Amino acid sequence: MIATLASPLDAILALLGVWLVIGVAGLVRPMNLRIAGRSLFPLGALCGLAIAAIAAASLGLPVERIQLPIGLPDLPMHLRLDALSAVFLVLLGAAGAGISMFGAGYFRSGQGTPPGLLCFQYHVFLASMGVVLLADDAYGFMVAWETMALSSYFLVIAQHRLAEIRRAGFLYLMMAHVGALAILLCFGVLQGGSWLFTFDAMRAAHVSPLWAGAAFLLALVGFGAKGGLVPMHAWLPEAHPAAPSPVSALMSGVMLKMAVYGMIRVAFDLEGGLAWWWGLVPIGLGLFSAIYGIVFAAVQTDMKRLLAFSSIENVGILFTGLGLAMVFRGAAMPTLAALALLAVLYHALNHAFMKSLLFLGTGSVLHSTGERNLGRLGGLIHRMPWVAWLTLVGALAIAGLPPLNGFVSEWLLLQAFLYAHALPYPFVNMLLPLCVGVVALVAALAGYVMVKFFGVVFLGQPRERSLADAHDAGILERVGLAWLAFGCVALGLAPAPVVAALSHVGVQLGVGALPHNGAPWWMLVPFDTGQATYAPSIFAGALLAGILLATAMVRVFHHRRARRAPPWSCGFGALTGRMQDTAEGFGQPIRHLFTPFFAMRRSLPSPFDAAPRYQVDIGDRFWNALYAPLGPFIDRLAGGFAALQRGRISVYLLYALATLCVLLALVL
Amino acid sequence: MAATPFVLQLLNALAALLLLLSFAMLAQRRVVTLVNLFAMQGALLCAATLLLAWRTGEGNLYVSAALTFAVKVVALPRLLHRLIRRLGVYWDTEPLLNIPGTMLIGVLIVVFSFGLAQPISALASTATRSAVGIAVAVILLAFLTMITRRKAMSQVVGFLSMENGLFFGAMSATYGMPMIVELGVALDVLVAMLVLGVFFFQIREQFDSLDLEKLEERGGER
Amino acid sequence: MKPVDWFTQVLEVAAALAAAPLFQGWVNQCRAWLQNRRAPPLLQTYRGLRKLFHKDAVIALHASPLFRAAPYVVFSAMLAAAAIIPSMGTRLPFSAAADAIALVGLFATARVFLSLAAMDIGTPFGTLGARREMMVGFLAEPALLMVVFVTALISATTSLPVMSERMATQSLALSPSLAFTAVAFTMVLLAENGRIPIDNPATHLELTMIHEAMLLEYSARHLALMEWSAALKLFNYACIGFALFIPWGPAMGGAGPFALSAAIPALALKLAAAGGALALIETLSAKLRVFRAPEFLATAFLFAVLGLLVHLLLGA
Repeated sequence: MIATLASPLDAILALLGVWLVIGVAGLVRPMNLRIAGRSLFPLGALCGLAIAAIAAASLGLPVERIQLPIGLPDLPMHLRLDALSAVFLVLLGAAGAGISMFGAGYFRSGQGTPPGLLCFQYHVFLASMGVVLLADDAYGFMVAWETMALSSYFLVIAQHRLAEIRRAGFLYLMMAHVGALAILLCFGVLQGGSWLFTFDAMRAAHVSPLWAGAAFLLALVGFGAKGGLVPMHAWLPEAHPAAPSPVSALMSGVMLKMAVYGMIRVAFDLEGGLAWWWGLVPIGLGLFSAIYGIVFAAVQTDMKRLLAFSSIENVGILFTGLGLAMVFRGAAMPTLAALALLAVLYHALNHAFMKSLLFLGTGSVLHSTGERNLGRLGGLIHRMPWVAWLTLVGALAIAGLPPLNGFVSEWLLLQAFLYAHALPYPFVNMLLPLCVGVVALVAALAGYVMVKFFGVVFLGQPRERSLADAHDAGILERVGLAWLAFGCVALGLAPAPVVAALSHVGVQLGVGALPHNGAPWWMLVPFDTGQATYAPSIFAGALLAGILLATAMVRVFHHRRARRAPPWSCGFGALTGRMQDTAEGFGQPIRHLFTPFFAMRRSLPSPFDAAPRYQVDIGDRFWNALYAPLGPFIDRLAGGFAALQRGRISVYLLYALATLCVLLALVL
Repeated sequence: MAATPFVLQLLNALAALLLLLSFAMLAQRRVVTLVNLFAMQGALLCAATLLLAWRTGEGNLYVSAALTFAVKVVALPRLLHRLIRRLGVYWDTEPLLNIPGTMLIGVLIVVFSFGLAQPISALASTATRSAVGIAVAVILLAFLTMITRRKAMSQVVGFLSMENGLFFGAMSATYGMPMIVELGVALDVLVAMLVLGVFFFQIREQFDSLDLEKLEERGGER
Repeated sequence: MKPVDWFTQVLEVAAALAAAPLFQGWVNQCRAWLQNRRAPPLLQTYRGLRKLFHKDAVIALHASPLFRAAPYVVFSAMLAAAAIIPSMGTRLPFSAAADAIALVGLFATARVFLSLAAMDIGTPFGTLGARREMMVGFLAEPALLMVVFVTALISATTSLPVMSERMATQSLALSPSLAFTAVAFTMVLLAENGRIPIDNPATHLELTMIHEAMLLEYSARHLALMEWSAALKLFNYACIGFALFIPWGPAMGGAGPFALSAAIPALALKLAAAGGALALIETLSAKLRVFRAPEFLATAFLFAVLGLLVHLLLGA
């Protein structure tokens, strides 16, 4: 309806404005939870839904541009809505709606930032991401990008009274700025001597292959730092757990996708003459991040850290697909390039839904139990059935199990990899098919991690007495969770329409398109029906039919008597919750198999210990090798500069004199 | 898919088995099994040579098949087994790199050598040219076997396996080396084996062990 | 789709349901013969199932609905898998719904539900079994996917029936890459079905078992469904092996009822041979320690990778 009144871009801009207004409205009565939390957040959610709907409707339409007279006098802000922006706007709006709805019920007054201020920061965060997606010049992009970083920084340190959270926030801010610097430099290279910083000028600019490569690497560093690509990932497992859960969900589910968006924008839109083999860099880094992230996720004992590492894995997969699409595009194989790009976009959408859902689920658990440590949870499916069952959907989806959505993008990516052997390049045409093994290993490990996560938190018996008081999530939170779970199911069951919508991106960017094969709407067919088909709705229907059939058979032909008794457990007797396998136990096979990944410190109790404690600390080798030495280095550097600061007025006057002399000598 | 003659299919299968044996040698920790695997590699090589001789009708190849059988299937493995028994080296100690890691490098080596062999096999005019890549892979994998072992005994087997790869490569690229070269190489290998055998006893008398780390420790002394 | 195709589809699922316990019984019998034991009757598995279905279910006090739902989900997943795999004919209406990759995913779904159900009661054995099952699973899945991948490369499709058709008609008589892949597949089959080098289906020794440990808390109809699914899983794996590596026998293309009637004895023959081979492998090998399982499955993966490389190089 709004779309008919104005153009989609105008409508979306107006809605982004509404987000800002909602944010400012939160500041009017910052301490009032009922206004800020219970009514403004749902409004924001509605606004997000509208954005998603308009962006989705605009997918088939031609590119739309607009100039806003905002900013410096001669530098208006260029905005542009194309298919790529629209897809990510859908992601932002739809996932954001679920998170906002949940957030409406989640934020409480208490310690830390007051709810009204939170509301402001939150909506500025959302709006700035929208502007990032629409920006069509480097200035607007960078301003929005930095606003996004700053607003999310303040959200991360909502509980700023805790020192560790301040530390996490600081680390995040620092990495965000290093990344932003790299992106800025990248744009500087891309303008190619024209000194015009609109994206149109960059598209038209001719950059030498060497500089194009440099720009690509800079973009990879910048966006990789935002996305948490190894080795720029160090901030992610610190910042995501530190933030309140809706913020973690927003950061992990949505903000990381901004990095993917930026990378696609640079690699497929702004940079024309990039050699194909640059695509190998994101493939390599992506695969390594994927396996690194998932292996670390498997050994975590803090549920939010576990999810944060799983985000690193997913970003790795996204970058892998992106690199694959670049390689295919460089080899002039448009269909496969389009398929790989589709896999990336689809996975981005999927991940936005499932990871937000999982983070929100942990938020509910955290609220009702006050525990983040997996070792102190358990059996919550009885106390919190809503949260448990909805989280189960997310866990199954992220484990890449059919017929949910995670499997669809995995399937598309594997199909793309299947044809990598046809590449005309030696070595690469053998190495890339082998990468399937890595992708498969990561997917299978994701299943392991999710069984651990869900099983330890929600199944079994409570590991602590206090868990008996746990209560289920409120109605607003349930609505948010249910919306995201619905997204996971819908994206899983009806992939063909989604793929059809997403393929506008590949066409508009000139990457390529999938062939038309006249497949029905319920069937996903990338090439032709003889090669590969996947019809999840039929598939799910068959599963359901099988379940019903089995149930009916059991009921009709036999009986349904059942009685309850204490668990048998091989006749072992008195069971307590503490006797279950722990999160550490679940990590043990992984620690054993992937020993070289970890910097492990283990302390085993001696047999004569009266109160034995087993402790294992798992460190990040990259932290030790890359980040830890950085601090002392900068300290030393700063020490050198400090030597200049003597604090005596005459010394400063001397500096001024020296500068004056040098300048005079230069000028005259 | 164009139909490939059955003999060539068989040759390809033998080549693939040769590669498999190289991997088996890479993974094997028991020295006795290592020698057996080496003998099997020799037998495969002999079979491949016979097949090729039958297909091309080159008399030279029959002789080299016989030679392969005599030297690599019978003589060398027996010699090695006797050495093992007399020296009492049955197990290699834990290899320098763990097995999955070694295998991963092995796979990468195969990819590398296949890529490397593509221009060579494009030049060669023989029907078996696609096996050149496998030959290169066998050579490099044998090299890797030597690198990752500690015991001198396993290194010698790796060395001999490398020679197998060379032989197979020559055979598939040009239907075998000139007879005289082949004879010379066979003799060389035998002599080298004898010399090394003597060497082993010397090493053991000096250091009470065949572990090469002992040699490294002495390296600094002169 | 002709009526005969629908008939084949229904027949396949029904045959899988009916024959899976028989196949398991056959393997058990072969094993007993090979080990010089007196064999249980061939129909013993059916009797076991019948007995279990008639018993009253005992459910642990704090079991959640997930625990009660899991047997049905696992069973249904195995049924769906049986509907995809072309064991009797290659024109299956349902097979367009899922290709070989989705089949791997389906097995993963069943495994995850099984493990979650095992963790639901919170007994030490259940969680231990779940953890081990997932460990074997995450090692076996890449190997299985690699097997699928190599065969998909050779046949230029991931649709299982089309794969099977193309395998049956390919010109190569001797394909080393397929041979390697078949070895890899056999190893995965052993691991995934809890067979001897990885798990022992006959053991009830708490500390060594994997699959049985997960079923400890199940009784009566739930246990029956779980055991039936395990039998179905073995049957399905055998049929995948046939479809990929011994594809001759099923009715190809649009063949009529006659081809179908020839397909049934062919399948029976192949199953009998496979059961014997499986029993032989199990008798000849010893169970590995749990931490040797990764080595075993890494070898399977290596075989599949070698199959891939050999195929790419030799085109064979």
